[in-house]
Amino acid sequence: MAEVILKEISKDYGDTRALSNLDLIVADGECVVLLGPTGAGKTTTLRLIAGLERADSGRITIGGRDVGTEAPAARDVAFVFQQYSLYPHLSVYENLAFPLRSPARRLGKDDIDRRVRDVARMVRIDHKLENRSTRLSGGEMQRVAIGRALVRRPAIFLMDEPLSSLDAKLRAELRLELKRIQKELGATLLYVTHDQIEAMTMADRIGILAEGRLVQIGTPREIYSNPANTHVAARLGQPHINLIPVDVIPDSRAPAGARTVGARTEHLDISLVGNANAHVDWVEHLGDQNHLHIKVGDCKLITLANPYLPVKPGDKIGLRLKNPLYFGADGNRVY
Amino acid sequence: MAEIRIENLRKEFGSFAAVEDSSFVVRDGEFLALLGPSGCGKTTTLRMIAGLELPTSGKIFLAGEDVTLNRARERDIAFVFQLFALYPHMNVRKNIGFPLLAQGVSKAEIRSRVEETARLLQIDHILNKSVSGLAGGDRQRVALGRAIVRRPKCFLMDEPLGTLDAEFRDLMVRELRELHNRIHATTVYVTHDQLEAMAMADKIAVMNHGIIEQFGSPQEIYNRPATMYVADFIGSPPMNFLRFKAGLQKGTRSVSVEGVDITVPEIHQDVAEGELALGVRPEDIRFSDASSLRGAVYGSEYHGTNQIVAVEMAEGLVKARVPADQNFRIGEKVGLELNHDKLCVFDCTSGRAVPSSRYAGAHHG
Repeated sequence: MAEVILKEISKDYGDTRALSNLDLIVADGECVVLLGPTGAGKTTTLRLIAGLERADSGRITIGGRDVGTEAPAARDVAFVFQQYSLYPHLSVYENLAFPLRSPARRLGKDDIDRRVRDVARMVRIDHKLENRSTRLSGGEMQRVAIGRALVRRPAIFLMDEPLSSLDAKLRAELRLELKRIQKELGATLLYVTHDQIEAMTMADRIGILAEGRLVQIGTPREIYSNPANTHVAARLGQPHINLIPVDVIPDSRAPAGARTVGARTEHLDISLVGNANAHVDWVEHLGDQNHLHIKVGDCKLITLANPYLPVKPGDKIGLRLKNPLYFGADGNRVY
Repeated sequence: MAEIRIENLRKEFGSFAAVEDSSFVVRDGEFLALLGPSGCGKTTTLRMIAGLELPTSGKIFLAGEDVTLNRARERDIAFVFQLFALYPHMNVRKNIGFPLLAQGVSKAEIRSRVEETARLLQIDHILNKSVSGLAGGDRQRVALGRAIVRRPKCFLMDEPLGTLDAEFRDLMVRELRELHNRIHATTVYVTHDQLEAMAMADKIAVMNHGIIEQFGSPQEIYNRPATMYVADFIGSPPMNFLRFKAGLQKGTRSVSVEGVDITVPEIHQDVAEGELALGVRPEDIRFSDASSLRGAVYGSEYHGTNQIVAVEMAEGLVKARVPADQNFRIGEKVGLELNHDKLCVFDCTSGRAVPSSRYAGAHHG
């Protein structure tokens, strides 16, 4: 495994700027997740590292080696795509062994066998090694695809929304397994997704990409509790952070220049006694999460309902801010 | 708008039964989600309601009329597929009005109905724009507008949000539900995503291998799962099962799991000796040193306000949802306190919930 460094990378497609001066370091053994909507530049970043695209400017090093002119095969990266592509005529075993049979590698038969079986156990497909790859469920196929990347022990794994074509339930299971495997191998992993739960649960650090720029990078906790601007604040958290004008809830602590208050569940204090300044609009039962919809004047807020707080629609409540986030007119944090 | 009534509906493809003898009613104005993994028969059920597949046996009634053998276009149904296709050479107004034009509705009426629809969807400001320049959300709204404008008896939707970004999907879930609140159209919505179903539906039918395992309101299904399958499918993470071997007597209020006596809702039926499971939702677990039900912390997943802490017990992993400000070391020994009122007991052989005071008055599907 190796450290990967991107320095001042830019990439245009015609008139469209896909990446703009991107600086990113993925440390050896680290899992960095790039989070952003479609078109933010996530996939382009991966493709540049893999060598499937060439940057217009900037420098990419893998393990200290400048790979700018190297062909994809020479870069020692493993790419897992959203759509798993297995060799349909081969068994699971042969699919996993295939990258090791490359003439460039010259591994002995026993070595190959050991690695294939190790990896198969890791991705929990060892009971189906002799199956044809077409005779697998979607989740199993994606495990084989991930396994095929793992057998190679490359310098870095690049994964492009590998779970997004799977059922919600399977996605949650594989998410945990991928994280476990990554830690077990000490693998360097750059993973892109638009799913904030994947980002929060898998990443050592999350990079927030927007319109080709890296807006903020940090641990999930840093990004969640200390966002640099309203854009980042809105990327993480369910329910969505409440972004409300600064004068909606009386607050003597708002710093100069604050225009918007960012209030998540943990920033709101609800009291059932004393002065009421808000009322409960409705309670949305999502099962594991119940959302409390609150109205303050014309302003709507959503928080996680506290199961121990008895409220019903129409109830008058007192709403206070508890160390919320403040943002200026330009959307950036003010303190 | 109209009621949809399904009676003993069955569909076989060769020797494979895709849908087995389903019966349910979607009341006038109700939003039903057909929920299950791929291959469970949810899309086949929907396609039979739409008239795109003929059932092997059973009947389908739309507003009281038997439409089982009617062609799709004779059913007055709007079908919304996963991928919305718009007419790229027409503007928003023409796209929305097209189904009416095809029906031969007068120009003046098309105009007023298109404008009314656009107001409902809050896209009245872009009526004269070309659809090719629209952002994803507006494109979806135009496609929805084209379905609404016909004022069909019901809407059938097959994972319409399946291909969207997670963030955008959340927004569309909200919009679809708010739209439903405004127009009260009878809707059948197919999804494999339990969060979408929980957030939007009045009723959910949880399907598995062609069978409806449970039919009920989201809360009913979440709080009183009829089977282990349903309990495991709904919730993220799903319900935890602590397995134990025992026989239970009617009136019992306690079970023994991993050698610890745990209070449960009063059991309403004798259960013969066998393998049972205690079902507990992640949010109904709290950590308490006083509890003798103990395990070791295996790992945690940070979710912002909350975190999911996995605890390794003798019987496997148990996941608890607790506030994110508590810190745990991996390997740390913790005691688990369960919210007794909310526990469910299952018979592992049949997979069904054992009747208890928690289930009293509940309707099983």
